[in-house]
Amino acid sequence: MNISLILQMAADAGPDRVGLVCDGRSWTYGELQNAARGAAELLLASGCAHAALLDESSAAAPIALFGAALAGIPYVPLNYRLANEDLAALLGRVAPACVIGDLDRAMELDPEGGHRCFTREDFIAAAESAGADASGEEREGEGIAAQIFTSGTTAAPKAALLRHENLLGYILGTVEFCSAGEEEAQLVCVPPYHIAGISTLLSSFYSMRRIVLLPAFDPDDWLQLASSQQVTNAFLVPTMLARIVERLEEGAEADLSALRAIAYGGGRMPQELIEKTLALFPETDFTNAYGLTETSSTIALLDPEDHRLALQSDDPAVRARLGSVGQPLPTVELEIRDEEGRPLPAGQRGEIYVRGEQVSGEYRERSALDADGWFPTRDAGWLDEEGYLFLDGRADDVIVRGGENISPGEIEDVLLAHPAIADAAAVGVPSTEWGEAVGVVVVYKPGQQALDDDALRQLVKDRLRSSRVPEQIRVRDSLPYNEMGKLLRREIRKLFQD
Amino acid sequence: MKPGTKLKSAVCDTEVMVIRGSEGSVECGGAPMVEERDGSGGEPDAAFAEGTQMGKRYVDSDGTVELLCIKPGKGSLALNGVALGIKEAKSLPSSD
Repeated sequence: MNISLILQMAADAGPDRVGLVCDGRSWTYGELQNAARGAAELLLASGCAHAALLDESSAAAPIALFGAALAGIPYVPLNYRLANEDLAALLGRVAPACVIGDLDRAMELDPEGGHRCFTREDFIAAAESAGADASGEEREGEGIAAQIFTSGTTAAPKAALLRHENLLGYILGTVEFCSAGEEEAQLVCVPPYHIAGISTLLSSFYSMRRIVLLPAFDPDDWLQLASSQQVTNAFLVPTMLARIVERLEEGAEADLSALRAIAYGGGRMPQELIEKTLALFPETDFTNAYGLTETSSTIALLDPEDHRLALQSDDPAVRARLGSVGQPLPTVELEIRDEEGRPLPAGQRGEIYVRGEQVSGEYRERSALDADGWFPTRDAGWLDEEGYLFLDGRADDVIVRGGENISPGEIEDVLLAHPAIADAAAVGVPSTEWGEAVGVVVVYKPGQQALDDDALRQLVKDRLRSSRVPEQIRVRDSLPYNEMGKLLRREIRKLFQD
Repeated sequence: MKPGTKLKSAVCDTEVMVIRGSEGSVECGGAPMVEERDGSGGEPDAAFAEGTQMGKRYVDSDGTVELLCIKPGKGSLALNGVALGIKEAKSLPSSD
């Protein structure tokens, strides 16, 4: 199997149909296919082991992705926002690579790596010109379509491997070929090194929904592009959605009348934000997607009908589903398990395990799958009686106080419900008496009176058991997040080390 | 038949990719499908001439074989002489 089939089929069915719009240029599926074939020739001629992208999104991303697939080598999108030291380590791990994008930085950081470097423009031009005489032959190689370095919020980045069969399994199982109308356009603004940056290319090409690429997210650019390109579909992480909503509330002008559907995921969606957004876009379908790099993107989703039912319901259990990530895909098996790996019944918190064709669970160093093919996600959560999945932090984030497991989420929810509190995080802090105790960091809204420590403790005590009452409290102006909106808990823990 | 294998119809333009393999004979237009056409050509058998649709997945009733149509043609697909049907899947909203 080879994901190059996706672009091949789109190019066969609609060679002259526009598949991509980026930086003022349109690409037909036929032109993209030609460039991908040319890119494969370049990659093979370079003798490199990886095709690494060190750049913002552009046409070079799909050309390199499908070119690498044809050449039988992994496509490795690198996070250009990393500090030099971290990026140098990753470049060393993929050497020798064909590096596309910031060639000066690649050469400076890993001069001995034997990398073959191209600027974005040179790579595209060379791929296009090599396309005419390219064989288009598929090579199997190791069978790895993409290698993505995880964000490493808890440790050094792991090299997650996605095989052709994982990604193709995901696409064939979730997307109907050529199901998009000619007028449909998907606005893509996630960075190329994020799993959604790859899966959205595959899904859009297979459904033949035109991609409108925004090289780097900015809320005003997003609104301008959504209007001018009459975008019908978009994917956003919650922090991006929050900034778009904020600009609209400030009176930014945008014609979003064509916008039919917004999918969101990649981080926790605050209840207040989703309710506000649904009110602001009453005609738009919303889908909440939950997935991981290691699962080739989405494994569970809360569909538009679920959103409407939850919003309209008086039943607290149904209404609460607005805070869930919906139900597992029909092609994925999902279980909640305890620390010994035993399945737990509905309502009980444990670790989320998944199994399915799209689930890789494989790293360059080792596979995390168990003997039966289940992947322990390290995400914690629980299922309700109807099978809706609620996320509850990372399994590693559990605070163990005197043998009692405490989820940071329950404490954070109580704090966030207070009108003066803008953001809050709870972590385990060392305690001589309990082994671990609760530490919280609180961010107050501008102009709001801060609560004193006793009042804050009382707030938690009124709602939760006494073991949840924070022993240590810190106040900060903001909490540390990565650019995808993931809270960096290891940074939070450092605040308590003094 | 290994998943990922591509097969061509001997009697029409149909091409498929094997998603789930089977030991049986995979046919299109009434004739066994081949990895490379030998140029002999022919016409689909009238009993297997309903055509194939690009991007559809075809399965037998037991779910032992699954084929993805990657090029459409005039013949229709069968396993050991028994016609395959289109796999109906729940349509999902775009999530990425």
